[in-house]
Amino acid sequence: MALSLEEVRKVALLARLQFTEEELVELTSQMGDILKYVDQLSELDTEGIEPMAHAAEVQNVFADDIQQPSLPREVIMENAPKHDGKYYRVPAVLGDE
Amino acid sequence: MKLKMTDSTEQKNGSLPYEMIIGLEVHVQLKTETKLFCRCSTKFGAEPNTQTCPVCIGMPGALPVMNRRAYDLAIKTALALDIGIPHFTKWDRKNYYYPDLPRGYQISQFDLPLSEGGKLEISDPKGGFKTKNVGITRAHLEDDAGKSLHDEASGKADTRIDLNRTGTPLLEIVSEPDMSSPQEAKGYLTELKLLLTYLEVSDCNMQEGSLRVDANVNLKIQNGNETVYTPIVEVKNMNSFRAVERAVAYEAKRQYTVWQETGLVKGQLPKQTRGWDDSAQITRAQREKEDASDYRYFPEPDLCPAVITEEEIASYRATLPELPGAIRKRLQGDFDLNPYDADVIVNQGQGGVDYYEELAKECGDGKQASNWFQQDVLRKLNESETTFAEFSLQPSRLAGLLLAVQKKEVDTTRAKDVFGVMYEKNLTAQEGMKELGIEQVDTSALSDLCKMLLEKNPQVVEDVKSGKKQAVGALIGQAKKANPNVNPGEVRKVCLDLIEQG
Repeated sequence: MALSLEEVRKVALLARLQFTEEELVELTSQMGDILKYVDQLSELDTEGIEPMAHAAEVQNVFADDIQQPSLPREVIMENAPKHDGKYYRVPAVLGDE
Repeated sequence: MKLKMTDSTEQKNGSLPYEMIIGLEVHVQLKTETKLFCRCSTKFGAEPNTQTCPVCIGMPGALPVMNRRAYDLAIKTALALDIGIPHFTKWDRKNYYYPDLPRGYQISQFDLPLSEGGKLEISDPKGGFKTKNVGITRAHLEDDAGKSLHDEASGKADTRIDLNRTGTPLLEIVSEPDMSSPQEAKGYLTELKLLLTYLEVSDCNMQEGSLRVDANVNLKIQNGNETVYTPIVEVKNMNSFRAVERAVAYEAKRQYTVWQETGLVKGQLPKQTRGWDDSAQITRAQREKEDASDYRYFPEPDLCPAVITEEEIASYRATLPELPGAIRKRLQGDFDLNPYDADVIVNQGQGGVDYYEELAKECGDGKQASNWFQQDVLRKLNESETTFAEFSLQPSRLAGLLLAVQKKEVDTTRAKDVFGVMYEKNLTAQEGMKELGIEQVDTSALSDLCKMLLEKNPQVVEDVKSGKKQAVGALIGQAKKANPNVNPGEVRKVCLDLIEQG
């Protein structure tokens, strides 16, 4: 299953990644190889076998609705590229129009 | 483009030349103490960014764990909406980038939602539309994003992000496109909100964002022999049910005008998103939505699926309270109420229903109890901004007054005054009547009063003798002036008897 250059360009856009044309060509071939490798799985006959939704056979893991302390704001903001001590600051998100 | 919308949208016979097709997506915030996947508080109104943890802000390696209560409330809601609960459900990642979603994906449900296929009956006792069932496509459990604060003035300054809301549990309830008027859309929302309130699963506060509505609208147009459909538009940003009603009405007219101008039908345009501008009362185009495929859904590896047995579903079902639709019918049956009165009472919530039922049972007259409930109790309750549980004049005490009216110890008009004094001074009905000097006028005093009035008003006597019994009415006012405690019905009866006896 080969990927087209356009598909890779779209995936890059959705992932908000910027590439040069050369990089896109290279990635198209690399991602194609990955898909080909995974595609080997389709050689198996899975007729009549219920698909798995999860790799671990664990179900119904819940936690009680009991509050625990959140992290202090100054700690939580340490990794933010920009903040004003109260809010994270990001480049202006254009209005919806 | 400013559209000119003329009356040409209405045909001469007054009916619209199209049918509206409306489906609603409602997000309700479930009433939990903590978030869906971590134990940070969901309390509204906290200082920005003080209710977050590594799970909320999408730190690598932070693992989500499902909130038991959120899951319980979601199942309860689905059952109340008659939605089937599949034995197996799982969560998926919905990928998109936005600054208020630090993980880069929302944890939602794609192909195996918590519940599928239900219905909600809507009706309008005022007759605005016919009673109908609105289909519920599905309900699924997902987490909320954070809040972006844009600098609206310049549009250039930074956008500020508050992640307190990130991870708040939401139940998304998607209806079938079964509504065909703005009134029905509003009726659906009102009924859904009432149901959620009775279930106590959500505060349903639109101002605080605990209930949000998006509407999908398009039109079915009979164009000669051909039936055409306009492209579907999703309308967002509606902050009240009234706004939904208006936005849907506006959008229908707009689509019809656009269709007349361009002839574009469903399939020729991608699904559009428009935002309701409440001050301008119009919808405006928003950025095009990414296709479902662009969200690149895939199963959430960090959460386990949930499995539920028939026995468990049955035990959830057993916890459901009596629901608004059922209560309306029961009140009509038990207390002989009409649909309108039953609706007013049910709309007051469980506390109101309990109050009414106790009042009706104690006084033995459902209709009388309904009148007093709707007029006097509700007015006093609104004035004092209190709840039924806190309302000092409880139904057992009020029933005493209603019984006194039935026994004609006090007439309805005077009883309103007694109600006031019972409420103000915390009195029983008998004490209240005494306080106002209302005593039953004994038969001989009443007879004397009537004799005196008849002597003073020979014309009335003449009129009655010539067959005009209603002439007696003129004496009732005078009798009340002479003694405010007389019962108008008895004055009338005694006067007529006296005239007959000559």
